Amino acid sequence: MIGVFLLIPVLLMAVYSFLTKEFRGGVIWDFTLAAYDQFFFNRGLFGDEPPVIEWTYISIFWRSIWQAALATVACLLVGFPTAWFIATRPPSQRSVWLFLITIPYWVNLLIRTVSLKFLIRDNGPLNEFLMGLGVITDPLPLVNTNLAVQLGLFYSYLPFMVLPIYAAVERYNFALSEAAADLYAPRWTILREVVLPVVKPGVVAGCLLVFVPSLGAFLAPDLLGGAKTYMIGSLIDEQFKGSQGNWPFGAAVAVVLMTLVLIALFLQARAAAKGARE
Amino acid sequence: MKRLFTTAAAFVLMAGAAQAEGKLSVYHWFEYIPQELVDKFEAETGIEVTIDTYDSNESMLASLKAGKMGQYDVAVPADFMVKIMGDEGMLDTFTPEEMTNLGNIAPQWLDVPFDPGRKSSIPYQWGSTSFSVNRDVYPGDISSLSIIFNPPEELKGKINVLDSQNEVLILGSLYLGIPQCSTDREQLKALNDMLLAAKPSWASFGSDTSKEVLVSGDAAAGMIYNGFSAKARAEGANVEYSYPKEGHVLWMDNMVLLKDAPNRENAIKFMNFLLVPENAAAVTNYAAYSSGVTGVEPFLDDAIKNSPENNPPAGITPGVFAQACDAETQKFYDAIWTNLKK
Repeated sequence: MIGVFLLIPVLLMAVYSFLTKEFRGGVIWDFTLAAYDQFFFNRGLFGDEPPVIEWTYISIFWRSIWQAALATVACLLVGFPTAWFIATRPPSQRSVWLFLITIPYWVNLLIRTVSLKFLIRDNGPLNEFLMGLGVITDPLPLVNTNLAVQLGLFYSYLPFMVLPIYAAVERYNFALSEAAADLYAPRWTILREVVLPVVKPGVVAGCLLVFVPSLGAFLAPDLLGGAKTYMIGSLIDEQFKGSQGNWPFGAAVAVVLMTLVLIALFLQARAAAKGARE
Repeated sequence: MKRLFTTAAAFVLMAGAAQAEGKLSVYHWFEYIPQELVDKFEAETGIEVTIDTYDSNESMLASLKAGKMGQYDVAVPADFMVKIMGDEGMLDTFTPEEMTNLGNIAPQWLDVPFDPGRKSSIPYQWGSTSFSVNRDVYPGDISSLSIIFNPPEELKGKINVLDSQNEVLILGSLYLGIPQCSTDREQLKALNDMLLAAKPSWASFGSDTSKEVLVSGDAAAGMIYNGFSAKARAEGANVEYSYPKEGHVLWMDNMVLLKDAPNRENAIKFMNFLLVPENAAAVTNYAAYSSGVTGVEPFLDDAIKNSPENNPPAGITPGVFAQACDAETQKFYDAIWTNLKK
């Protein structure tokens, strides 16, 4: 039943991507590939030059994927030790630590993103603190940079990394580590050969939960990055809510994105299945 | 059990009917009507007002087209959007007998090209769009749009532009002396190239943040609406609003009667209410733009009435309204905007 309600919007989107654009929003029920043509081919500003490959949207995708990948790595580097730390506390303390992790996320994402902007702006607390210490003389230009976008994504999605890894580490039997240590395995080998295979599902789940929403994020790029360049999310948003009103194209971008994500998930699932067989 | 159900159903139906008599559903811009004025209308008429908000003309049009027609009674589109909605058949008309306060509309706003004879809309607020500069950062001459499109060294990397295709491309066209909705290839190419060359000097794109970035100091200059600039000044930023020599954008937001309005009668009552000078003045005192209603002056705050943003100096280049381009022409402008943001 839930599957049906998930499928209907997706199918609707796929259908819309093949329809004709109505001027200023809406669709005309005529089948066309115009939206995909616009995505893949460039015919110049006036639309009458011979078609060449359109790099605009591919580079927007590449930029978004790169941003999402960096955010995922950053979340993993901080999230894994955090989850490990929490999972190795006495059981009575764990819920308190988890509680602390989730507290900031009771606040709306928009408000958290704006707050972050307040913190890192040229005359914000961070820069004033550093200048007060004499570490820097001029404010660090953080707002409206890619670094700020990274910071925003990292901050937005960190718990999505911590929680699944925590769930995996919590189930881990530490006697295994001790056994490996008794057999003279170095610490690095214990982590790689004993711990990681057991907690891997949690790490993979965490990475997916951070990567996928980062890919479509537009709050952080718009507010922290200054909205100077489109991300996948803001490109789609513009097609529906902006002045272009090109619904089929917006739907086509979403279909391409979804196809990429599905391929990635499929490859991952196949690799996991292969790993399980061995 | 069955009886319980029918009783409950009857209650639900009754409640629905009772509410339908005294309701008004408004689709409005964010932060554009003072709550006290809504309270006053509710107290005077006993009508319960609900307000949903939007943040751009285009998103309002999109969600109405996506199936929200018949849900709202009134909306507040800008001039060119009134024309678009009228052409799409999304507006209802009223008669002068119904709109008893129609005579309160200032004469120059009575017969407007986007709604000849005012059959579907009444003025809400009008104002202008150009840019403001923080005078602490840049004390020099700000009488040209080159401040935005070819900025002096002091302002490079400290400029916010509106995240709105219409306003950016019209101001750019004014700067180059190109007519709106041009189909001339040389002119469109020049506009495209000029914007691409200007972009590295800009710090950010943002419309609803255009005031906040000037107040916080994130930007030292920015495209902005005149009332928003007045608010930035009131919040302590030393900003001056420019009426550039190349011209500026004029706009008027209008309350329109939507087709299939569920509470048409209450909508007319609300529109008449907003045409009462005292009430129109309350909106102006809140939004810091100008009303299109005569006789508001005695009710205006002095700071709003005498603000430099609302009282351009004599001899400035007159502003222009945005034109709604046709589908073929709009494609070029969409392509330029995508080029700019890619």
